Order: sequence, then structure tokens, then C-alpha cells
Amino acid sequence: MSSTVLEIKNLHVSIEDKEILKGVNLTVKSGEFHAIMGPNGTGKSTLASAIMGHPNYEVTEGTIKLDGEDVLEMEVDERARVGLFLAMQYPSEISGVTTSDFLRSAINAKREEGDEIPLMNFIKKLDWDLEYLDIDKNMATRYLNEGFSGGEKKRNEILQLLQLKPDIAILDEIDSGLDIDALKVVSKGINKMRSDNFGCLIITHYQRLLNYITPDFVHVMMQGRVVKSDGPELAKRLEAEGYEWIKEELGIEDEETAEQNA
Amino acid sequence: MSVETKLPFNQEYIQAFSKDRNEPGWMAMLRSKALEMADSLDMPKPDKTKITNWNFTDFQHSNKEAVKITSIDELPEELRAYFDDDASMENLYIQRNQTAAYNSLSQELQDKGVIFTDIFTAMNEHSDLVEKYYMNDAVAVDQNRLTALHGALMNGGIFVYVPRNVQIKEPLQAVFWQEDTDSALLNHVLVVAEEGSSVTYVENYISHNDTEETVANLVTEVFAHDNAQVAYGAVDNFAAGTTTYVNRRGVAKHDARIDWALGQMNDGNTVSENITYLMGRNATSDAKAVSVGRGKQTQNFTSSIRQFGKATDGYILQRGVMKGSASTIFNAIGKIEHGATKANSEQESRVLMLSEKSRGDANPILLIDEDDVTAGHAASVGRVDPLQMYYLMSRGLEREEAERLVIHGFLAPVVAQLPIESVRKQLTQVIERKVY
Repeated sequence: MSSTVLEIKNLHVSIEDKEILKGVNLTVKSGEFHAIMGPNGTGKSTLASAIMGHPNYEVTEGTIKLDGEDVLEMEVDERARVGLFLAMQYPSEISGVTTSDFLRSAINAKREEGDEIPLMNFIKKLDWDLEYLDIDKNMATRYLNEGFSGGEKKRNEILQLLQLKPDIAILDEIDSGLDIDALKVVSKGINKMRSDNFGCLIITHYQRLLNYITPDFVHVMMQGRVVKSDGPELAKRLEAEGYEWIKEELGIEDEETAEQNA
Repeated sequence: MSVETKLPFNQEYIQAFSKDRNEPGWMAMLRSKALEMADSLDMPKPDKTKITNWNFTDFQHSNKEAVKITSIDELPEELRAYFDDDASMENLYIQRNQTAAYNSLSQELQDKGVIFTDIFTAMNEHSDLVEKYYMNDAVAVDQNRLTALHGALMNGGIFVYVPRNVQIKEPLQAVFWQEDTDSALLNHVLVVAEEGSSVTYVENYISHNDTEETVANLVTEVFAHDNAQVAYGAVDNFAAGTTTYVNRRGVAKHDARIDWALGQMNDGNTVSENITYLMGRNATSDAKAVSVGRGKQTQNFTSSIRQFGKATDGYILQRGVMKGSASTIFNAIGKIEHGATKANSEQESRVLMLSEKSRGDANPILLIDEDDVTAGHAASVGRVDPLQMYYLMSRGLEREEAERLVIHGFLAPVVAQLPIESVRKQLTQVIERKVY
């Protein structure tokens, strides 16, 4: 398998004319796990949404390239088909469409016409992944995310990750709202993906996820930029000391109106 | 300006028509009176849809004899899809134009006294039984000009009779195939379920007149006596040239149940009324309907449950998808009459708009004349949620495929209710064809 490179350069992103990202630079390659941390409202989720092409976010400057190809020129579905995946913080509920029907459509969307996944193979693999993630088999026949608990939605995102096998995945606060058992299961799923052909960008608020998934690189985002990058020990220090020391070290002053939940 | 109101048919024509079919005296009389009334009665007045310029009254009533059918292979491809591959052709009625072209009922059901035959044969062989129910307590001849016109000119239909305590497991299916593109269909479906009986009936209306203009004036009357259960499924699929008035009514007695699953897929202008009267205690009705509007068609759907009996339950669910410059009104009316204590009336109408020019409206109406009741309603008109699309597309589905999934999901609560697998599939295909 070839190695894949996601390259983000000087990315500026606005929502409703308000600039959230102010020049993000980041490169993720196959085989690498990156973690992005940072206080609330610094643009972590905005970065994830902009990479996938969320309709409410506007890229005003900069580039996102996957193996040299311009991702910003692609529709959302094309981005998925060239190998990107976003596990969403708030997955949509789709009434009337079962999880398994949806998964099969999504798997086949990446395959050529006439080369659809044989039904038995699909069912076998799905059963296997459901069991691996400790998910009730009923979920496959329930409508997609409809009435799912927070934890079930997160597991469903990881189920899709295992089923769709992207080259580069972005996980947007996959740990939020999970109890410790669910966190372990979700981490197990993500770790299973680890290979030379898979790169991952983990966005998290808390260090605790990184107790189960060891990143190769840790980045800190503040005020719409990546302000510091280092190895996994950086996450540990953030957990112990918080973010103040970075602000002091880099001379960052609090903005007057901190944007929450951007 | 309203269209010319003078009707193109006279008493001589109607009496000759009745005599040709060897109808009993009461029916000849009913036709004659109905024609008299038709001139003076008003047209129906569907809420928020203007139908004064629609042609419901000027049509050909000629009766073209059609060839009988002996096997499914003789049907055009389009119709064959309505049957399962291994369909037994049993408990099936096929009407070609106004002629009973095929009719079969299993020996077992015949032995139990079940009747499943075309309306003219029924009037001959079971005159008293038909007379008791025909246009009396459910749909009245004098309800409006179109019901009167139906009474006068009825030219096809079926009679379903289930005797006391007979439970029919396998569904009875009727296909009304309007092969002739010119003549009007005034079809009458009469379903009577005696005490403690149960039946599932599914019907399909099909025509091919995309350009030739004609009329369909349909009446259904369903009676569920004490403890009886009737599940009624339909896929209406008249072509663009047909202007349709369809009036489906049910009357449920004590502990009886009438469920409707209506796929309203006509391509022409349509006025549809589906009204269920819950007369007895504990009577229940679950009325579900879907529609897809496209092109320039205008449609008006009313789904109503009137609750007279104590502790009755009425549920209305309507789902519509609009595209092109189609315009559709959905009225849901739950009415609880005085004295119907402990009654419950619930309704939900939702419309999904796929285009800028389409128009959809959902009117939730609750009319309650009793204090000790429960009721609830929900209605919405909206577009496909861009965040749902984003989510589905982020997994690699193309926009069209993502939209298709959202639409099928939106209509699924009704489609899934259709009692025959092949009809459910057929409805899904019709939806697919109408949406893309």
C-alpha cells in the first residue's frame, strides 16, 4: 500500500463571517497518530469540520491537500472516497434508514459498480466488528443514530471507521461523554486501525483518551493556530499543569471574548 | 368561472346501463335518484385547494369489454411487478377497464362463506347484503356532487364479505387496471367484516393516460363489526391525465379496528378523503398515508378520524415529498365527539420539499367536544436537512444517493405498513420513479 499525506497549510476558516482558524499548518502521514489538544473554543472542531467540508464553514485562505490533490475543490463525498473520514462529535440521526443498510451503501460507494460487497461477507464482517466493539447486535437494524445514547453514537462512529477503513481519519472529541468502559472499547477500536497505511488525527479536550491511545505527536491549538507541537510527553504535561504555562512561554494573551465551542 | 355544470348523462342512459347489468331494482333506483341530485349538489370543498376548474364531470362513460386474463404472463411488464414471482394467482381480482378479467378465491375461503367478487355479480347474487351497506352509512349519495355522480354512474368495483368469526390470514388483492385511456372509472369497493372476523385487503389502481384526459371517481366503504379487524392497503397510481376524486371511509363498531396504509402516487390532480368513524367502544384506527407530488400536479389529502365511542383510539400519520412545482395540502382532522370519554386522538403530518417551486402545507386540526380525553398533534414542512446530507456524504455517498436514503427513510413509517411484500416493493419502485 502506498503512504498517504494530508497536508494543511495556512488554513483560515470562518463561520458566519467570524474567523475561527487563523493560519493552521499541520501534516498527517500514514502510520502516524496525531493528537490535537487545547482549551475550549480554540478551533479544534472547526479544523475537523473544514477538512471534511461541513456546509457551515468557509475556508477563506490556505490549502488542504491529500497526496497533492486539492481537497478543498472536492465535494464532501469525494473527500470520503479519496480516503478521508471524520468521526463526528454530533452525528446526525437518520430516521427510517437502518445502520446496516447505510453501512452497506457506504462501503459500496467506494467500490466500482458491479463489484459490490457480497452480502454474506458484509454480514460476517459487521457481526465481527459489532462484537469487537461490544455493541448490541440490534443496533445494526435500528435506524441510524435515532434514539442512540451518546455512548452508542460514539461507538457507531468507530464501527463505521472499522468498516470503511479510510486512509486518514479525524476523530472529533470521540471521548466526550464516554464512561471509562466505553472509552476503553472505543480506544480498542481505534488502536485496531493502527498500521503503516493509516494515519489519524485525534481531537480531544482531555488527556485521558491518550492513556489508551498513544499519539506520536501532540499539538496544542490556541486562538485558531497550532502554537506548539511535541511528542506524547507534551500531553502528560498539559494534564498536570494545564495550558497557562504555554501562554506565558509564547506570550499569548487572552482574547477579550473567548469563542466557546467553535 | 366554474366549468359547465350540466351533466352529459341522462336518466335513459343510466337506466339502460343498469338494465344491461341486470341490476336489482334498488340499485336502478339509487342510480336514478343520485343523478337527480347530482345537478343540484355542490362540489366537495377541499380545504385550501381550489378545484373549480378541475374537470370531474365531463368524461366518457363507455364500457369497453376487455379480454379476460388467465395468467400473469398476459399482463404488461409494468403490472407484473405487482405480484411476487411465485404468486399463486389465488385470492386475486383483476379488473381490466370496467370488466372483471380475473377472479379467484381459494376453495377453503369459499367454503367458509367468504365473498370476493366484482360488484355487479355481488349485486346479483347477494342483493340484500350489498343493499344494506351500499352508499348508506359510510359514503352518502348526497354528500356532494361527486358522490352523487358516483352513485349514478358507478361502473366497476369489488365486494369483499367476511362472515362471522372467519379469520383470513392471506391477503386479498385487487388490481384495477385502467387499460383504456379514454373512459372514466367510477369504482366502488365495499368491504364488510362481520363480528370477530379479520381480513387484509390490498388494492392497486393503474392507468397509462399521460396525455389523454379522463376522470377517476372512487368510493370505498369499509365496515368492521364488533371485534372485527380490517387492514386496508392501497397504491393509487393513475397517470397524469386522470383527475381523481377518491373517497375512502370506514365504520368501526365495538372493539373493532380499521387500519389504512395508503400509497397515494397519482400523477394527476387528486382530491382524497379518508375518513374513519369509530362508533363503538374501544374501536381503533391507524390511518397512514404517503404521497409524492411532482410536475405540476395539485393534490389535496384529508385524513380524518371521528370518534364517537368511548375509549376509542385514532392515529393519523401522513408523509409527503414534493418536487417540481407540485402543490399539496395535507389535512389531518381528529374529531372527538361529546360522550367519547377516554378517547385518544393522535396525529402527525410531515412534508419534505425537494424543490424551490414546490408547495406543501400540513394542517393539523383537532376538534374536541369532550373533556376526559387525550390528544396530540405534530406537523412540519421542511427541506432536506443539510447536516443529514453532510453526514451521509461524509461516508462517501453521492448527493443523489444520500437524498434517496433520506427520502426513503422519511416515507418508511408508512411504506413498511403495506401488508403485501410485492406491493410494498412496488410502492418503493413507484416512489423511486417519482422522486428521480
